[in-house]
Amino acid sequence: MSRETLINIALAAILLAVPIWAHFADEPFIITLSTKVAILALAGVGLNLALGLGGLVSFGHAAYFGIGGYAMGILASHAQDYTPFMEWPFVIEGTNQMPIIWLVAVVMSGLAALAIGALSLRTSGIFFIMITLAFGQMFYYFAISWTAYGGEDGVSIYVRNEFPGLNTLDAIQFFALAFTALMLALIFSSRLAKSRFGLALTAARQAEQRVETVGIKPFQLRLTVFVISGMITGLAGALMADLNRFVSPVMLSWQTSGEIMIFVILGGVARLFGPVAGAAMFILMEHILGGFSEFWHGWLGLVLLLIVLFARGGLIGVLAGKEKADG
Amino acid sequence: MAESVLAIANVSKSFGALKASDDVSLDLRPGEIHALIGPNGAGKSTLIAQIAGGLKPDAGAIRFLGEDVTHLDTVGRAKLGLGRTFQVSALAMEYTALQNAVLGAMGASGGIFRFFRRALSDQGLRDVAEKALARVGLSDQAGTVTSELSHGQRRQLEVAVALTLNPKAFLMDEPMAGLGEAGSKEMTAFLDSLRSEAPILLVEHDMDAVFTLADRISVLVYGRIIATGTADEIRGDPEVRRAYLGEAV
Repeated sequence: MSRETLINIALAAILLAVPIWAHFADEPFIITLSTKVAILALAGVGLNLALGLGGLVSFGHAAYFGIGGYAMGILASHAQDYTPFMEWPFVIEGTNQMPIIWLVAVVMSGLAALAIGALSLRTSGIFFIMITLAFGQMFYYFAISWTAYGGEDGVSIYVRNEFPGLNTLDAIQFFALAFTALMLALIFSSRLAKSRFGLALTAARQAEQRVETVGIKPFQLRLTVFVISGMITGLAGALMADLNRFVSPVMLSWQTSGEIMIFVILGGVARLFGPVAGAAMFILMEHILGGFSEFWHGWLGLVLLLIVLFARGGLIGVLAGKEKADG
Repeated sequence: MAESVLAIANVSKSFGALKASDDVSLDLRPGEIHALIGPNGAGKSTLIAQIAGGLKPDAGAIRFLGEDVTHLDTVGRAKLGLGRTFQVSALAMEYTALQNAVLGAMGASGGIFRFFRRALSDQGLRDVAEKALARVGLSDQAGTVTSELSHGQRRQLEVAVALTLNPKAFLMDEPMAGLGEAGSKEMTAFLDSLRSEAPILLVEHDMDAVFTLADRISVLVYGRIIATGTADEIRGDPEVRRAYLGEAV
């Protein structure tokens, strides 16, 4: 077993052990923090597929995160008001069932990623970054002006949505859902990275011409991973909105895109558990340094600078060393 | 005369006032090695790019296996069976030699949209890749990361990846560059044996290799083909001597 695998297992174990301890020590706030880490890490896992494997620096992933959030907010608010989402040409009711909300979140964010990707992926480099940012901002301003769902104030729900067989109001049970989603996404990512698709996608990042010369279209690979990436981040958005029982345009803002990217860079671009390490560090810094000063972002900036300058592999890179090529 | 595998007919390409390809015609017949030589700046790379599909000619047509491929892109031509190697290695540098070869095997076999099974556990792909590496003498380096291979080994890997495609014609851009004397000899012998599988359009600066291997040679100068013929004909051509060989031979 490689050192990185051991570190990954240790990270997963810590993320699981801390809230379980907090549950028995009656520290609900720690459970909430852990849930937040798991959800933000999930958003990062989504971005890491596009950014790490595909080399696609998307600066608009807040769009998918926010679409996931609004899928929750819209469906749940209709359920709580007993009003249908739409009546014509057929009736769609709201729902407070998480599985349905997640499905809608994943499908909607996937469709958005398909449209945005199909247009943005015709560019590369700085233009790609700017176009994805621009699309992200479009969704942000749309949400602000969408008064039916609170405009700038967003949408609140009073009771967390339900999951069959679980009491989601119990913090540890909701954590278990978020943690499971994160682990499934990580397993999927690790399989994808070494699959035929992953091999071709990563090759397209390193040598685009080569991939074309063996008869594979890089655009198709990139669009596919972009959609998968958006779907995973969208799921994270739905969970995040449910954790807060609140969704607002802030979830769609470019700062959110930046934060998701920071998780990935802090933890290690293209490293499987990079987003987990990154999100954990971000939340820890926010919680600890934020206690001393509201200007804690300055320290975050310093850490980010050090990592970009001296540790390109991020936290995982520092702990596990350089990545080994597969077989 | 047998039907040409690859036929370039009256291809022209200009960049502003510069005529990089000026009414170029040449063909590649079954079983032959056709060498394309010419001084630096003669337009060899531009011509190669048009044949491979990266550049569209302003005029003229390119036929491959009897099909007009002028408007087909690189991917389309690769799928038809055009196996290209690059002058400056275009390999996935973070990958091992084996992974690069597996990539080629994947391109040839199709089925890219598989997300779960480990590509390197696919014995079918591995067999194709390992066989190609063995043929160019890179078996020992299968597990070496490409960025750690020597320049010459990367040339060999370029050829190996092209082999995995099982192409109908090879388009090789300076496969001898940086190989050294012994390596050049080995590669020459290998290409010699390869022509029976598929014809090779060979761009090469190593004149020993060209005159040893080529059934026919075309000489490109200032975007124009000034002569096409056997090695002896080219050696004896006064215009070629004046334009090019005087400095090389």
